[in-house]
Amino acid sequence: MPEMRKNQNDSPFTLAIASGKGGTGKTTLATALAEAAGMAVTLRDCDVEEPNAHLFVRPRWNRHTEQNRHVPQIDAQRCSACGKCAELCQFNAIAIAGGRAMVFTELCHSCQGCRRICPEGAISDMDMLMGSLDCGVQLKNPATPINFISGKLAIGQVMAPPLIRAVKNVGAAEPLNILDCPPGTSCPMITAVRGSDFVILVTEPTPFGLNDLELAVETVRQLKLPFGVVINRADTGNSAVRDYCRDNDIAIALEIPWERSIAEAYSRGDSLCDASPALKNKLHTMLHHIMMREETV
Amino acid sequence: MKELIVISGKGGTGKTSLTAAFCHLAHNCVCADCDVDAADLHLILNPEIAQSHTFSSGHEAIIRQDTCTGCGLCEKYCTFDAISQNKNGTFRVDPYACEGCKVCVEFCPAQAIDFLEAECGVWHSSSTRFGTMVHARLHIGAENSGKLVSLVRREARTVAEAEHAELVIVDGPPGIGCPVIASITGADGVLIVTEPSVSGAHDFERVAQLCAHFNIPAYLCINKYDINPELGDSMCAEAAQHDIPTLGKIDFDPAFTAAQIRCQCVTEYEEPGTETIATQVRDLWNTLEKHINP
Amino acid sequence: MTVAFSATGTDLNSDMDQRFGRARQFILVDTETNAATILENTQNMNAAQGAGIQAAQNVINAEADAVVTGNCGPKAFQVLQAAGIKIYHTREDTVGSALKALLSGTLQEADSANVDSHWS
Repeated sequence: MPEMRKNQNDSPFTLAIASGKGGTGKTTLATALAEAAGMAVTLRDCDVEEPNAHLFVRPRWNRHTEQNRHVPQIDAQRCSACGKCAELCQFNAIAIAGGRAMVFTELCHSCQGCRRICPEGAISDMDMLMGSLDCGVQLKNPATPINFISGKLAIGQVMAPPLIRAVKNVGAAEPLNILDCPPGTSCPMITAVRGSDFVILVTEPTPFGLNDLELAVETVRQLKLPFGVVINRADTGNSAVRDYCRDNDIAIALEIPWERSIAEAYSRGDSLCDASPALKNKLHTMLHHIMMREETV
Repeated sequence: MKELIVISGKGGTGKTSLTAAFCHLAHNCVCADCDVDAADLHLILNPEIAQSHTFSSGHEAIIRQDTCTGCGLCEKYCTFDAISQNKNGTFRVDPYACEGCKVCVEFCPAQAIDFLEAECGVWHSSSTRFGTMVHARLHIGAENSGKLVSLVRREARTVAEAEHAELVIVDGPPGIGCPVIASITGADGVLIVTEPSVSGAHDFERVAQLCAHFNIPAYLCINKYDINPELGDSMCAEAAQHDIPTLGKIDFDPAFTAAQIRCQCVTEYEEPGTETIATQVRDLWNTLEKHINP
Repeated sequence: MTVAFSATGTDLNSDMDQRFGRARQFILVDTETNAATILENTQNMNAAQGAGIQAAQNVINAEADAVVTGNCGPKAFQVLQAAGIKIYHTREDTVGSALKALLSGTLQEADSANVDSHWS
């Protein structure tokens, strides 16, 4: 296997798959790339609100952990109801009533400010469930296993970024890290793509696709991340996305045509690589081209 | 005056395309685009902006470089990995990671950190060929707490009251988090638009739970039904278990994209061969309308 | 006792604001002297979340004994209750008519929130 560009401190190469618009084929692409890589990979499903990658990867699960984050616990004996914690809290999670501090943990952002500011030492950390982390492995090709990590936000829990960070930080030793990112351009997507070596933006050649691609491009440019575009269902719609990429010096890494057989395979949760070996080869080539890139950020 | 929210759980199921068609078919409505992260409804409705307002939410910390002593306490305290050191030893805040918690501002020994109101986005009240539209755009990296979504809904309801409109139709956000919650609480009904795929089924499950959690009547529409009718039917059966009736099954049709390219909704797009899809959408609307406004 | 009414305006003829958390202001009425003062609540109109909790804090800091409002969510309710503040729900149109109803004993004290958690 050719020598690939590694990061300065030999950390894995991290490839994020993102898009502005939902439903363009991020998960399909991320899971297919993991199978086409021809090397051991870690695939991380960072779309913690609606994680789907496991439906395609079908891993053998080997670990399930509840993920917690820290929220404040008030020691009523020590609390003097001075109100400094409530005053500092920017998220209105603390009120002073009936001579003591009351915490509304669902509004807490886990910033630790209240604990630090309390003059009485009355605040300590307490665990609050945010969701779960599930790990597994897919051994369809035992020489090139897919280590799989998926995060799932508990229903009614509102903060995705802490769980996304947990998904990204869980250790794994593979040289290639693929991140299936949430859609959009607000904080969940940004938390997921930050620190990546390369971002693939998946789009479709329609007015909605173009509109959302422009937002996603602006985002990765502001984050100063190298990126390229994959156009899915490329032979449908119109040429506006292609024109936009050309006019803005944006590399189109791959175009995938719409095929009913692929749409049906996807609907069943079947592997894209199994449905189209030709596509698998193209994905393999694209991936290694990205990892060999000479350009730096 | 009733409020209908169209959501999808999973993105890309045709939610916005159908919402646009509903705005066309409804008699007297106000449209609202609450998908503030990746708004698309305007691409079909073609709004003429009448008023624009900036939207601020929360704050962001900015370190004054000439006052910073490089002690690094801010970086140590920041739980969001938002602070890093410059080459010259001072520190800086990454505005995309800063959550506006004020901890660094509060504890900086040199009081070198400013705490400024964050301008997060912009919202508009506009006119379209289907009626008034309220829509918004969140700036890149802005926190998507649902506050802007709530504001758009509130403004749409205010306009609807002033215009004596019967219905507010809302294009909702994807997912199940804060923005979706903010879009559905207190609504008269929610239409879940999904597709017959394992992803669609999986995400539908979570969205259905969310609607049940907040006690909001929900209805189902399966789009691109003919891609996998067996799975589609089993999803309808599953939905019935949750007391969610299926109001429509719409076949996959390139007319959706063709209409979008012409900035039209699929019920306006008149080309030979598209009558079936237009009829399916009209039938869906007629049934849905009766449920929301009996 | 001092009673806080969520209000859309600044005098007793103003309409009641049905919302507690995002009310523009409260009118504090001393039922013994009939004196009325305004308690601003604008910072909470635009709060991303926790508006109800902050409005409750606002009312507690102003040393009110009771709150009269339209809708009060569960978090705000919890805070007011912890502070021993009585909560009354009303559909009366104006602050003046709500005050009359309270004084004549026709308003019932609430024992729970009357709306679910909400953002609007």
